[in-house]
Amino acid sequence: MSAPHLLAAGGDEFEAPGLHIFDWGPLFSGGPSWLDWLTKPVLIVILAALALIVFAWRAFGNAQLVPRGVQNVGEVAYLFVRDQVARPMIGKDGDKWMGFLFTTFFFILFLNLSGVVPVLQLPATSHIAFPIVFAAFVYVTMLFLSIKHQGFIGYFKNMMFPPGLPKPLYVILAPIELLSNIILRPFTHSVRLFANMFAGHLLLAFFSTVAWWFLVEKLTPAGAGVGVVGFLMTIIMTGFEIFVQSLQAFIFTLLAASYIGGALHPEH
Amino acid sequence: MSNLLAAAVLAEDGESNPVLPETAELVVGSIAFVILLLIVAKLFVPKIQATLAERTKAIEGGLAQAEEAQKEAQQTLDQYQAKLKEAQRDATRQAEEAREQGNQIIAQMKEQAQAEARRIIEAAHAQIEADKQQALASLRAEIGALSVELAGRVVGESLEDSARQSRVVDRFLEELEGRAGRQEQITS
Repeated sequence: MSAPHLLAAGGDEFEAPGLHIFDWGPLFSGGPSWLDWLTKPVLIVILAALALIVFAWRAFGNAQLVPRGVQNVGEVAYLFVRDQVARPMIGKDGDKWMGFLFTTFFFILFLNLSGVVPVLQLPATSHIAFPIVFAAFVYVTMLFLSIKHQGFIGYFKNMMFPPGLPKPLYVILAPIELLSNIILRPFTHSVRLFANMFAGHLLLAFFSTVAWWFLVEKLTPAGAGVGVVGFLMTIIMTGFEIFVQSLQAFIFTLLAASYIGGALHPEH
Repeated sequence: MSNLLAAAVLAEDGESNPVLPETAELVVGSIAFVILLLIVAKLFVPKIQATLAERTKAIEGGLAQAEEAQKEAQQTLDQYQAKLKEAQRDATRQAEEAREQGNQIIAQMKEQAQAEARRIIEAAHAQIEADKQQALASLRAEIGALSVELAGRVVGESLEDSARQSRVVDRFLEELEGRAGRQEQITS
């Protein structure tokens, strides 16, 4: 039903899906203009946020000493973020940042996983606006904490002139550190997530289009083999994407925790 | 809702650049994230943190209690063992005492029996001696009287001839025998 739309040209030649698969107009195409902002990725963000709120409410809202049902799942999730991210990266006071890290991890995870949820099938984080928002929150938090805990001068001194190096090296090191910490950091942080989701979605779309084109649209004896490969690859890549989506959510949160930890304890 | 399932076929102004953020998405993303931080991070996560801390405390309390109970049990066991050892010592001591007492009693009895035997034997000896003395005394008296009598006869008859002499002696001896036989009859 929707596949023909994926093939923008719609001609007789197979055409791989391109950047247009990320273009989503307003959900209600004929709707009022004040609803134009409500596109599919925006809807996914709202759904993921609601899902996370419901999950947190069901798991933690009425937390019992002896856990039951959803609380067990929630505790596993909480302990995972705490023991794998917060404590190793920030240290003893990592628990204070668990609210932020837990929310970040699971919000991004839900947004990423929407790429393999039937009907949604679009990782919202493949739209760079969302990774930028998260990275910006982390960046501002990092700057604020760094200046609060190290002082404005101290922050730049710790960053650009770490002790224990031969003097001439600082000529090279200082600008590199400044560039990587202040200017490039939010970009690499957000682009890493965006690019992974973007590429993953493109890959999935490509293999599923191959399968659809060669097995349904233009079924020929010669092309059927290609279609079967495309079909199998779609399944395999879906599994692989689930892995990448989880991993990228984890890495994003891990980096956020490491930036916060570095701001709090510059000596490490 | 057709736009939920199909990407828009090219916006009028051409393909949008994927590395340029859309304003609407920036706004919605920020609002959603702030709301999540307020609800999930500020409201729900502290709840589970409190519960986990409480659980840790409860488990620690339980462990401490168990440890205390174990210590108490150990103490009681030690007490019992000490008591048992003491009782065993007591029993050994009493048995030793009893044996000693028994030995003492046996020795005493033995001594008593020996003394008794000695006493009986001594009494018998004394009796025999007394009898002997009595017999000797009576014999001595008799022999004296007889000797006097015999001497009287001898002197009275005067020694005329040897026949007479021998008659006198024979008669005397016969008399003696007869007397002895009477005396035997009397004593027996």
